[in-house]
Amino acid sequence: MSALMPMSRDKPSTTTDRQSTWRDRIFSGFSHLSAASVLLILTAILISLVAGAWPSIREFGFGFLTSSEWNPVTQHYGAVVSIFGTLMTSFIAMLIGIPVSFGIALFITELCPNWFKRPLGIAIELLAAVPSIIYGMWGLFVFAPLFADHVQPWVTDHLGGWPLIGALFQGPPLGIGMFTAGMILSIMVIPFMAAVMRDIFDVVPAVLKESAYGVGATTWEVTRHVILPYTKVGVVGGIMLGLGRAMGETMAVTFVIGNANNISSSLFMPGNTISSAIANQFTEADGVLYTSSLIELGLILFFVSFIVLSLSKLMLMRLAAGEGKHT
Amino acid sequence: MNNQLYKRRHVVNVVNMTVSVATTMFGLFWLAWLLWTLFFYGFEHVHWQVFTEATPPPGGQGGLANAIAGSLLLITVAMLIGTPIGVMAGTYLAEYGRYSRIAGVIRFINDVLLSAPSIILGVFVFEMVVVRMGHFSGWAGALALALIALPVMVRTTEDMMRLVPDGLREAAAALGAPRWKVISHVVFRAARSGILTGILLSVARISGETAPLLFTALNNQFWSSSLNKPIANLPVVIFQFAMSPYDDWQHLAWAGALIITLGILVLNIIARVFLRPQERN
Repeated sequence: MSALMPMSRDKPSTTTDRQSTWRDRIFSGFSHLSAASVLLILTAILISLVAGAWPSIREFGFGFLTSSEWNPVTQHYGAVVSIFGTLMTSFIAMLIGIPVSFGIALFITELCPNWFKRPLGIAIELLAAVPSIIYGMWGLFVFAPLFADHVQPWVTDHLGGWPLIGALFQGPPLGIGMFTAGMILSIMVIPFMAAVMRDIFDVVPAVLKESAYGVGATTWEVTRHVILPYTKVGVVGGIMLGLGRAMGETMAVTFVIGNANNISSSLFMPGNTISSAIANQFTEADGVLYTSSLIELGLILFFVSFIVLSLSKLMLMRLAAGEGKHT
Repeated sequence: MNNQLYKRRHVVNVVNMTVSVATTMFGLFWLAWLLWTLFFYGFEHVHWQVFTEATPPPGGQGGLANAIAGSLLLITVAMLIGTPIGVMAGTYLAEYGRYSRIAGVIRFINDVLLSAPSIILGVFVFEMVVVRMGHFSGWAGALALALIALPVMVRTTEDMMRLVPDGLREAAAALGAPRWKVISHVVFRAARSGILTGILLSVARISGETAPLLFTALNNQFWSSSLNKPIANLPVVIFQFAMSPYDDWQHLAWAGALIITLGILVLNIIARVFLRPQERN
């Protein structure tokens, strides 16, 4: 039999054939290596962050996570203020961002006339493309003064005296601070969340929506009782994506947060976030301990945002896996 | 009774839909305000000087030419490093390892890196390159930008190659073409405009990145095209000038902000409107 098949693919016999296998190997090898580099980068980031943060980890141990001191003179560093700032600004951003991006996604999928969908989608994506430093400048030079002159005094006068929540709105009208940073963060993450939600709302089978409309449901009822239950996991995934982005955002926050190492009960007071602390102090940090404390802050940020983004991805994958299965 | 229920449902619907429209207006309102601000503050300061002269000392005359040139150089080098790796990694995910478990892991990690805080990449490159070299350098800046562009390219390349029908691959393979030829001569060609879109989008993504450049490329007040030394670049110059107390510097910062934003928006519009016809089908 084998005499009838002299040109077996397994044993290249001509030069062109051999050349092809050779090129095939190089091409596929390069492709495999490139893919492996993605994993390599993640590992290298983790290792180098841990190595860079080691002096600080050894010096402060778990105390780093519970101390609110940040004093280059006495060489005592703690992460509480920065962590608080990061969580607080992200929380404000989510508070504003979630309803707005939900509304935008709903408008695009259910209400918007077809011809307008594409331009609107592009406009929202452009909002995402504007560099964060531009948001920062705009926040510092345009938004903050307006906010300090017209909004802040009114809010402090009217809400500042309320029991419990009053303390949140006290303080001099500086314009910059936690609230401004959270507000600008919300504008920055809205496009990301809206885009994800729009994509997952599109996943809902038309038949489901049409049958609900068919029995007389209003658009809101279709949204509430058909679209939302169907895409629940994905919506949460989209929100987590926005949260991950908000926590890591640097430049916009650095402009408007005020860079003060203190925790205040008022949202209108300046503070600090992990990323803004790194951006502001990294180049001028002298001494091993100072630098490594900043790197440890970075390690914490990387760790937390890695978890949040992974959860987001897992949830979106769960939605995609269930696509078309449950009805 | 029934009538009342109907009315209530109607009102709830109208209210919620109005809110939905309002939120969309809210989103577009910021975009409009932002662009208006940029033109209002920046447009009058964009002169020829901005493109021909180097950054001035405080109070002096000057432009942003060295920063613009430095940025272009950094972006070019970053793309030269990032594009081959990104495209080939995307190729692996779409072709060689399409259904393998390890490809799933890589896809997952890549998506996480896509949204990872860019300042962390700056710290990483600082640790790996700047500390070892002993000084800030253009190479470090370009490397940081390449690391940011990489996940964007991996993702779009894979997505675009997956759109190419398998029939094309099978037809080429049936004619006896080896795998590398099938991929490079058939799949790449079919997905060309999509891959190009990915490259354009990653250029847009990295041209405004500031945080990773702060402690890698740093800044340079003078003309320098050496990647071995700190190099001027638009985002960091904008940051420093905007935070400065000098009027001239702030004006230049607004001019730079307008230039960079328009550049990025144009790149985005080109990528989305002109280069992506196949996605609509």
